Amino acid sequence: MSLLEIRGVNVRFGGVTALGGVSFDVEEGEIVGLIGPNGAGKTTLFNCLSGFQPVDAGRMALAGIELTHLRPHEIAALGIARTFQTSRVFRRMTVLEHVLVGRHRHQRAGFWAAVARPGWVAREEAESLARARDLLGLFEDRLLPRMSDVADSLSYANRRRLEIARALAGEPRLLLLDEPTAGMNPHESAAMARLIRNIRERGITILLIEHDMKVVMSASDRIVVLDHGETIADGPPESIRGSEAVVEAYMGRRRANA
Amino acid sequence: MLLSQVVNGLTQGSLYALVAIGFVIIFGTMNLVTFAHGEVYMIGAFVGYFALSVYHLPWGVALLLGMAAAWILGVLIEKMAFRPLRTAGHMPPLLITIGLSIILKDLAVIVFGAENRPVPSVYETTIRVGGISVSVLQLVILALAGALVLALQLLLKATKIGRAMRATAQDHEAAYAMGVNVNRVFNVAFALASSLGAAAGVMVGIYYNTVYATMGATAGLKGFAACIFGGLTSLPGAVLGGLIIGVVENLTVQFIASGYRDVVAFLLMVLVLLLRPQGLLGRKLRAV
Amino acid sequence: MPLHAFVPGRANLRFWLPGVMAVAAVPVVVRSEYVLHVAVAAGIYVILASSLNVTNGYAGLFSFGHAAFYGIGAYTAAILATRLDWPFALTVPGAGVVAAAVGAGLAVPTLRLSGIFLALVTIGFQEIAYLVTLNWIGLTRGPMGIPAVPPPSLLGVEIAGNTGQYYLVLGFDLLTLFVIARIVTSRVGRAFVAIREDEMAAEACAIPTFRVKVLAFVIATFFAGLAGALYAHHARFVSADSFQLDETFVILTMLIVGGMGSLLGPVLGAVLLVVLPEASRFLAEYRGVAYGVVLIAVILLRPEGIAGAPGIIQPLGARIPAEEPAADQAMP
Repeated sequence: MSLLEIRGVNVRFGGVTALGGVSFDVEEGEIVGLIGPNGAGKTTLFNCLSGFQPVDAGRMALAGIELTHLRPHEIAALGIARTFQTSRVFRRMTVLEHVLVGRHRHQRAGFWAAVARPGWVAREEAESLARARDLLGLFEDRLLPRMSDVADSLSYANRRRLEIARALAGEPRLLLLDEPTAGMNPHESAAMARLIRNIRERGITILLIEHDMKVVMSASDRIVVLDHGETIADGPPESIRGSEAVVEAYMGRRRANA
Repeated sequence: MLLSQVVNGLTQGSLYALVAIGFVIIFGTMNLVTFAHGEVYMIGAFVGYFALSVYHLPWGVALLLGMAAAWILGVLIEKMAFRPLRTAGHMPPLLITIGLSIILKDLAVIVFGAENRPVPSVYETTIRVGGISVSVLQLVILALAGALVLALQLLLKATKIGRAMRATAQDHEAAYAMGVNVNRVFNVAFALASSLGAAAGVMVGIYYNTVYATMGATAGLKGFAACIFGGLTSLPGAVLGGLIIGVVENLTVQFIASGYRDVVAFLLMVLVLLLRPQGLLGRKLRAV
Repeated sequence: MPLHAFVPGRANLRFWLPGVMAVAAVPVVVRSEYVLHVAVAAGIYVILASSLNVTNGYAGLFSFGHAAFYGIGAYTAAILATRLDWPFALTVPGAGVVAAAVGAGLAVPTLRLSGIFLALVTIGFQEIAYLVTLNWIGLTRGPMGIPAVPPPSLLGVEIAGNTGQYYLVLGFDLLTLFVIARIVTSRVGRAFVAIREDEMAAEACAIPTFRVKVLAFVIATFFAGLAGALYAHHARFVSADSFQLDETFVILTMLIVGGMGSLLGPVLGAVLLVVLPEASRFLAEYRGVAYGVVLIAVILLRPEGIAGAPGIIQPLGARIPAEEPAADQAMP
């Protein structure tokens, strides 16, 4: 059984079909790149997988558990974390607080525990704090020294890293990365590609939307290509690189009309 | 009996509609909610009162004076309170209008006192229309409200500033890019909404023969409820909302209890927000 | 450390304990019954502003119905005390529970609305609550209000004097602030702020945003009800006119002037805006106007108030700092 199963997912907005029966699997431990021209439906698919977009038809499952009608927080609680295309950080929270919030599902303290503060609450917080520092260390010296800075004061690239740190804090099984290198220079993008492989070493499966071909080709085990809401290719990077169908999709079918 | 209550309701409702339209204009063009609208209505009513009771001017002149005063007030409020907060979202301006409404209401109580001021009657005759008694004043109010709404429609469809307002309401960044003086449009929109509210205030004073410093609070809230009920961005919705609230209020007074009269507007507003947030005639909402 | 980040705890005892002791010493130093009465009022508003801060400040839910819950608490306590002879020790939690129950009842259908629409529903509820209170004569005696509410009493001892009530209210203030401080520095508090900052991202962090928003609302309305009970036993008379939209605006102004999203903010705002109008009697009937002016001035000049967390009511500009190169990047 694959970790993630997507079967015939169909999403329509008014008269427009955003996703027309998308199907593919992601195996545990894989890094799958999801590419395609703008408007192909990649982020829509992410929204379906994370529960923010209801599907009109089809189903999705994580390790056999139905995702299709779950609320976003329920899906996150099952172990799917994501980043967003337009970086959605908590602007007035500190870097450290972001990572602590990311660990929400691994802590139990609710209202009564917060007020009464039995011993286990302090232990829970201490453990989260330790893991948070650990996690921030993954990002070299970008985030750890800025632990107490509010997200609003971070540069754009650091905000994107922070989003990933927050997503990782939940110790997900599957991580959905939406254009993690958007707005980064080549040096930063290469570092991001390394980070992505690093994350996989920690046992996390990754589905990655990217426009930067260098990053996708170097980081992915497999690439799925979407165009106009349909999968037009699915295979290892070399096969995609040479695929005419993919080139056409990006170039807009100029050859067909020539 | 029922029918005459309906006529009462339509008359009162048309005045709510004028206030509601003001909210729609402001929200539609500027994406802002104002709590000070009730006080502008009240100031218009007082200007009308002074014109009628103290200076014995004809009611038409009183109406125009009230609308003019509100126009000026609207221009000032927009320039001073809203312009500095252009990029602030809708909460800071909302809070500013709360402050303004407190100031205006308290100043009115200080200057005018809290008691009711009598407004002389205009058109005391009643006529029989289709078997029911209708006062000439009611017909005048209905006609006036209708005329103002029509004039507004004309302004929006056929004048340069009107088209600019509609463009700004659709997308103020695009309008700006196309050369529309968005600052001026906002200013005109606010002033226009204010003068319509004041028109309602003057006519309410004449209809009920009284004005008082705190009359703006409930009227503003009810007009707002009518606007929400009809659809925050829909002018016909605001008119429909106002009329429906007016009629239901009067029927409630007649058949249930007079104390619950004021509940109607808010109950309808809450129900609409829970069941159909875009209101009767509003379009599906984008994220606010 | 900035004012808004101040959280009283064992570590910084030397900062806040003297302050609390000074406050506790007030009745010893000041013998005026009038001043003590004002202080009791300030104490009640501290609870109201702090509880409103939970929804409006921390969770970012703009509720405009707080005075309605204050009133529900006051009426509940008054009715329980005058009709059922409940003692103070029961009317106060009873008032809190009833207010919280109504709060939950309102929250569940309405918290899926966002921003301005939530604000409007709470205003609608505020108005409806006022009108129902005024008209449900069988329960509330309508416009006549409920008189002869007994003063507070603990363990059979009546606390009728202003001094005793001062300490009582101070005790409730400390309790309220204690609970709220514990909440906002916990996992729950982080969830509130996450929801305020970006609800979608919060959901993606496995936070059940709807449930958490309802929790914020229930906490806020419980303490509003508590404050209402204190008011009922202090003023010994409740009337619907004290709990209208105007009163919500007063509480909101205190919160904004003091500052939202911090523990100190509502305390400072409440104390300032109760004490200053009393101290400025020379303003006479212009006090209300001054209130409005202060509110506008704060929004325009210093939206975070005296001690509020910056950025809650503020232009969200798109100023993003440039990235400094990392240590491992070679300089050209």
